Order: sequence, then C-alpha cells, then structure tokens
Amino acid sequence: MLELYVLLGLMILGAIIAVETRELLSSIISIGAVGFILCVAFLRLHAPDIAITQLVVEVAVLIVLIRATIGRDTAITSGRGEFRSIALLTGLVAVIVFFAAMGLRCAPPFGEPLLTVSGTYLETGLEKTGAANIVSSVLLDFRAYDTLGEVTVLFASVAGALLFLRKKGKKTENG
Amino acid sequence: MGEIVRNIVRIFAGFTLLFGVYIVAYGHITPGGGFAGGVLIGGSFILLTLAYGKKLALQKLSRSMSSTLDSLGALIFLFLALVGIAGGYFFLNFLPLGKPFHLFSAGIIPLCNIAIGMKVGASLFAVFIALAMVRVVKHEDGTTDYLEETDDTEIKQ
Repeated sequence: MLELYVLLGLMILGAIIAVETRELLSSIISIGAVGFILCVAFLRLHAPDIAITQLVVEVAVLIVLIRATIGRDTAITSGRGEFRSIALLTGLVAVIVFFAAMGLRCAPPFGEPLLTVSGTYLETGLEKTGAANIVSSVLLDFRAYDTLGEVTVLFASVAGALLFLRKKGKKTENG
Repeated sequence: MGEIVRNIVRIFAGFTLLFGVYIVAYGHITPGGGFAGGVLIGGSFILLTLAYGKKLALQKLSRSMSSTLDSLGALIFLFLALVGIAGGYFFLNFLPLGKPFHLFSAGIIPLCNIAIGMKVGASLFAVFIALAMVRVVKHEDGTTDYLEETDDTEIKQ
C-alpha cells in the first residue's frame, strides 16, 4: 500500500510541475511522467490490461503533443545533463519492468480466460437490476462508475471545444 | 441546400428526434441507451441546421439552452450517483426495480439514460454549431483570426 501512496504523491508532484513550469515542452514531459506513473500504479494494482491501455494512450498523446510544441519551444540539453537523463530513463524503465512482472504474474494463463465476473453479470443481471437490456444493466449499474468517467471526459472535451471556439470575452491579437 | 433535401428534412427531422427519444427512454429494455439516443437527438438538430440554416435551428434550441442542457445532464447523472451514498454506496440503485420488460422498471437506470441522452444530444449540437459558426481568416502578414459568423446564411457544403 505504501508504494501506491508514493506513486500518487509523484503523480501530484508531476501535475503541479506541469502547471507551474514556464516551458511548454517541460510541461508536456511532466504530463507524460504523470501518465507513466499512473501506468505503474495500475500494474501495482494487478490490472495489466488497463496498464497497457494507459501506456499506449500515453505514448500516442505524448508524441502528438511533442510534435505540436517542438517547433515553438526548443530547449536543448547537452553534456552532463544528457548522461543523467539517460540514467534516469534506464531507472524508470527498470521500475516499469519490475511492476509489469509483478502485475503479469497474476494474469490468467494463456487460453484460459477468467470470465467469472461477466458470467455473474449475465446470470444475475436481470434480477439484480431489473433491466431487460443486459448492456444497460452493465453500463449503468454494475459499471456505472466507468460511465460516469466517460460522461466526464465528454463534458470536459465539449467544454474545451466551446471555450476555444467562443467569440465573447476572447482576447484578439490587437488587444 | 436543395429543395429535395429541405422537403425530406422537413418530414424526417421530427421523426429522427422522436426515434432518439424512444431509444433513450427504452434503453433499459431494448438495445440502445443514452449515448446512441443522444446522438440521434443531436443529429436531428444538425439535420435542421444543414437544410435550413443556423437561424431556424438556433430558434428551436439556442446555444445557451444547449449548454445548459449539457451541464444539466451531467449534473443529474452525478446527482443520481451521489443520492445512492445516502443508502449505502455510490451508484446504489435506490428506486424499486419493478417488473422486467416494463417501461417503469430497473430503478435509476432509465433516469441515468435520460440524463446521458440529454447531455450527449445537447453537447453534440453545441459543438456542431460552434464549429459551423467559426470562420478562419488568414491575414497577409501570417496571422490568423477566428471570427464568428453573424449573418444567417446557410452553411456552405
């Protein structure tokens, strides 16, 4: 449990650095670090499938964001800083491999999916939720928390789109 | 848009909206649910916008109204989840389950579907209108401005 709190603390630290730093590229790299630490936390919680999704999405988002900002903000490190960052990167990779080995140990053996949870949903879905549509009963009762997350993501993205596309109260380049 | 599109939209926009409402309301009995039905509801307003222009569609559902519905849907869903805490845990199905295969059954699931449908439909229309109203103007000195169209002409294809 302690390592989970350490990981959570690191994530909060990374988020604070991402908000407070002045360089755009450093901010994006901090966001990436937060994502990778979250991936390690998922592995610690024995959820390799979510960890893989998190890792893939994080890498894709990081590539897109770095590609978008690299032209605008070029801070190049060289010399001793380079060696230090390579050592740090190796350490991070070792941490991820360690937790991945830990998380994958409790994955079911290949070819034997443990579908006990979904079987229970199918058997008891109707009597527990009263919904004839089993998909609805999973989405809005058994896994309603996931749906709440999806709604929150949708809400945030729509709010962001409307914020950028608004006219009222927007600063123009002329001031 | 052409006369054929206008006439077809005049007949079908209402039915599209009605079908969206049906998909939302019967989400716990038949396939579908809040997301699918909400997209249909938003789609009916988008159809109106494409065929008759922004002015008519915004008369039916204004921008502030769609923003309000968007936020309200999300808040109702969260509220339903939070009410469950009073009875034990987050997302507790606190309403009576009723008889299966009836419209008033399954506790809070239909209410959640309605909240999500409202949210998805309104937000889809709001984003579509926001995107349709922005015009990108590139100036000669390299700067770009994002202007909002004020005239009520039809959206160009």
